[in-house]
Order: sequence, then C-alpha cells, then structure tokens
Amino acid sequence: MNQEKIITVQNLTKTFGTFTAVKGISFDVYKGEIFGFLGANGAGKTTAIKMLIGISKPSSGKAVVAGYDVVENTESVKKSIGYMSQKFSLYDDLTIKENITFFGGIYGLSRKNIKLKMNDLLTELSLQDVANKLVGSLPLGWKQKLSFSIALLHEPQIVFLDEPTGGVDPITRRQFWEMIYAEANKGTTIFVTTHYMDEAEYCDRVSIMVEGVIEALDSPKKLKEQFNVASMNDVFLKLARNVE
Amino acid sequence: MSIVIQNISKSYQSLQAVDAISFEVKEGELFGLIGPDGAGKTTIFRMLTTLLIPSFGEAKVLGFDVVKEYKSIRNSVGYMPGKFSLYQDLTVEENLNFFATIFGTTIAENYELIKDIYFQIEPFKNRKAGALSGGMKQKLALCCALIHAPKVLFLDEPTTGVDPVSRKEFWQMLKRLQQKGITILVSTPYMDEASLCDRIALIQKGKILKINPPAAIISEFDKTIYAVSSLYKHKLILDLKAYPTMHSVYAFGEFIHYIDEKSDFHSQDLNNYLISKNHQKIEILAIEPTIEDIFMDL
Repeated sequence: MNQEKIITVQNLTKTFGTFTAVKGISFDVYKGEIFGFLGANGAGKTTAIKMLIGISKPSSGKAVVAGYDVVENTESVKKSIGYMSQKFSLYDDLTIKENITFFGGIYGLSRKNIKLKMNDLLTELSLQDVANKLVGSLPLGWKQKLSFSIALLHEPQIVFLDEPTGGVDPITRRQFWEMIYAEANKGTTIFVTTHYMDEAEYCDRVSIMVEGVIEALDSPKKLKEQFNVASMNDVFLKLARNVE
Repeated sequence: MSIVIQNISKSYQSLQAVDAISFEVKEGELFGLIGPDGAGKTTIFRMLTTLLIPSFGEAKVLGFDVVKEYKSIRNSVGYMPGKFSLYQDLTVEENLNFFATIFGTTIAENYELIKDIYFQIEPFKNRKAGALSGGMKQKLALCCALIHAPKVLFLDEPTTGVDPVSRKEFWQMLKRLQQKGITILVSTPYMDEASLCDRIALIQKGKILKINPPAAIISEFDKTIYAVSSLYKHKLILDLKAYPTMHSVYAFGEFIHYIDEKSDFHSQDLNNYLISKNHQKIEILAIEPTIEDIFMDL
C-alpha cells in the first residue's frame, strides 16, 4: 500500500432539518487500501457514502474522491468509482448477459470492449452455462460476486461496497473476500461497510462511526491494542454501546 | 412439543425449496435454524405460520395441523418476517395498536410482555415506522409480534443487516422472552448466534444437515482446526491452498483456519513450508472449532 491519497474528507457534514446525520468527519483513504467503514445502524454511514459517491450534496465541508471534488465535479467522481450494495445491485428480470451489457453501456464502454469484458467475467466466475438465465434465479452469493465484477467493469480507481455480504453463506462470503483481496492487489481501492466483524479484520484500516462522528480509525491490530480487547467485535461493542 | 414437523417438503416449479425436513421444537425451547440465504428457512417459517401450504408432509404447531387448523395457529403464534412488514406510514404507536386490535386485545392488556422492548422505542412513538432506524424497526416489529401474548414466536432472520451491538441486545431480549415461557423458533445467517440457542438445525439447500445443542455439535466434530497467521494474509491464503495435504482453508477474522487431510499431520511441517514461502511471524495453533467452521465442512 502506498501513501498516495485517493479520498480526502475534511469536515464533511450533512444535516436533515434539525438532525445532523454526519458531524464534520475528516479522514483520508490511501490508494490500493482496503478501507473498512463501520458503524451501528443509524450512525451515518450511508449518508456519508452517498456524499462520497456524489448522490447527496454535503451541507458543509469538503470531499475529494479520485482527484475530483464531490460537489464541483460530481460527474467525474461517478465515472471514477464503482458501487455495489446489498439492496440494489442488478436487475433481477434481465439475464446475466443483459445486465453486463446494460451496465457496460451505462459506464460508457464500447460494444467491443463490453464483449471482451463479458467473456472475461463469465469465465472468471464460471457463469458461462447460466449466462442467459435471469439474474433473479441466481443464489444471492452468485449475484453478489457478479455484482462486484460488474461494479469493476469500467476499471474504476475506487469501488464502494455497501454491506456486500449480508446474508451470504459463509463459504461464498470468503470467496467474495478473496475477490476483494485480488482486486486490491491490482491497485484498486476498496471502501467497504459490513456488519460481520470478522470481515473488519480483513481490512487494512477500519473506521468506526458513532452518532455521526468517527470515533476510531486505525488498523484492526492497533484498534485492538488501543481498546485492549481480543477481537474487532469487542472494539465495536466498546465504542458503539449506549447508542440509539 | 410446541412444533412437530414430519417429512415436510415445498417445491416451487422446478425448485425444491424444502426437501423432506423433520424436526421437533420443545415447549419453552429457543431453537435456531442456521443457514445461508436460499437454504429454505423462510419457506419453513411460512409453512409453520400457515401462510404457505406444504407440497408434502405434515406439521403441527401447538398441536394444531398447519393446513386443517390454520385459524387456531394464527391466534396463538407471533411472526416476525424477514422483510420489514409493518405499515411505514403509520406511527410506532399506531402500528402497535393496529396489531393489538386485529388480535382482539389492547396494548395495555399485554404491556408487561413488551415493556422491556417497547420502553426503548416509546420516546419515538409518534414517529412514522418508515422513518425509524434499522434497530428500532426491529424492536417495533418484535413488539407487534408479541402484542397478543403468543405461545410460540417465529422470528425469520431478525438480526440480518443489524449491527453487532443491536444484535447482542436483541438476543438478550429473546432470552428474557424465553424465560417467560415463550417457545421461540429463530433463523439467522450469523453462525456466531448459533451458540445462543438451546438447539440448532444447520440447514442448507432445503435439507437439514445436523440437529443438536451447539456444544454437542462442536464436541462431535472430529477434525482438528489450526488457526494460522503470518504478516501477509492474502499470500498466506494462497500458499495454504497450495499445500499438498490441504483439506480446507478459510479466512476467519485475523487468522486463517486450516484443516489438513492427514490424521498424522504435524504443524511443524506446515511451519517449515510457510518459512520456505518467505512468510514472517508465522503462528500455527490448534483451536476449538466454531459452528461456522463445522457448517463449512458439512
């Protein structure tokens, strides 16, 4: 991992009426890093991510993602990143091939390039035999792997993964993380949220958000030392208790 | 027995969602269905709560047949579906009142039962359910499932997508409900929650792989698991996978869990191999398996 910053966040704030969801957070993410963005439900994670990917305007503060200001250069930000979430990933009533073609088109890939990417992707995920099946008929784990690959179609510098493994079986969950590792090794920055604390251990650095504020940010090892506990689960419990 | 299931199956066209499953849940038991998405957990819940008719087999809840006596079952069980199913545009209090009225009761009549849980969301009782956070929605859904004082509670993945703190609190609530004599059937994809149940069924692809108390499932496991670590985690996974007598390699938090296929395996050999692959700070420790280790080995 090098020390080149790919995300810089300074005093980023978002208020909804009288409620401040994100309270002036500041942090940096380095190129090629697996950055875990953790927090309790309602801590402000989703609001923060929405600002970083350019779909929600900050109330104040500044964020630069892949060299572009999220307010001034929103469209450039969107072109430089990939995004997948558990809730919305692919179209269930399109086939695997149709989804790849559709998202390839959205990301502005040429027909020729889409065709190339399609072959690579289907081979890599061993999906050739089911390429013409509806995505809705796939098991969740396969869908999530496919969705991750599609989020990478346009070779983004950063990919945002919002609870990518929720409900996925334990073996597929691990295969998913091996895909994440492989992608990070290629230099892609991974920004990931999860409620599985064992997955927090797989991150290079982890931030923990509590009530709109980043309460801790460090490598899993250092966080465990800092809070004098054996697991990331215990770090989380110590920090996020008494919230809500 | 609160729940008796005999050879129950459900198929949707060509998909066999539940494949000849049998098990029993004792009165007052906290029984867990542990398995990933697509295992058939929701289909089992929907058959037991009389929302879906089995293709084959029989099931009884509180002595009532799920097909012939469905009305009696509906009055005496509570069901919290996996998907948030309350009315988003009614307030917290309106939702609770609505469910109480449907079952011919009032909030006041059974307040004692939900007090512990409702107390935490009562400050927001005039907020619309749709505007609640995930943890609060889950508490409200539990209150609504409890408001008619059911004898059996069905909870379908109540903690999916819920953060670790809220998950812990939720299980403490379940324990308290169990102490009040309520039989609970709960499903979860989180293997660490298995140890909190009296008995669990490990389920995958419509079939039950094992039923037992969690401690018995762990003590029956006859393979040795080694927790391995070194400075380079991703490389460690790849190198372990390439080890000739490897049986399985899975990342587990800060360690990699390794099982060898040989019974006369010596960890020193593996250590030497990892040194030859330039690993540093190598640790190899035999450990007690977790339910998740066992699940992955089935």
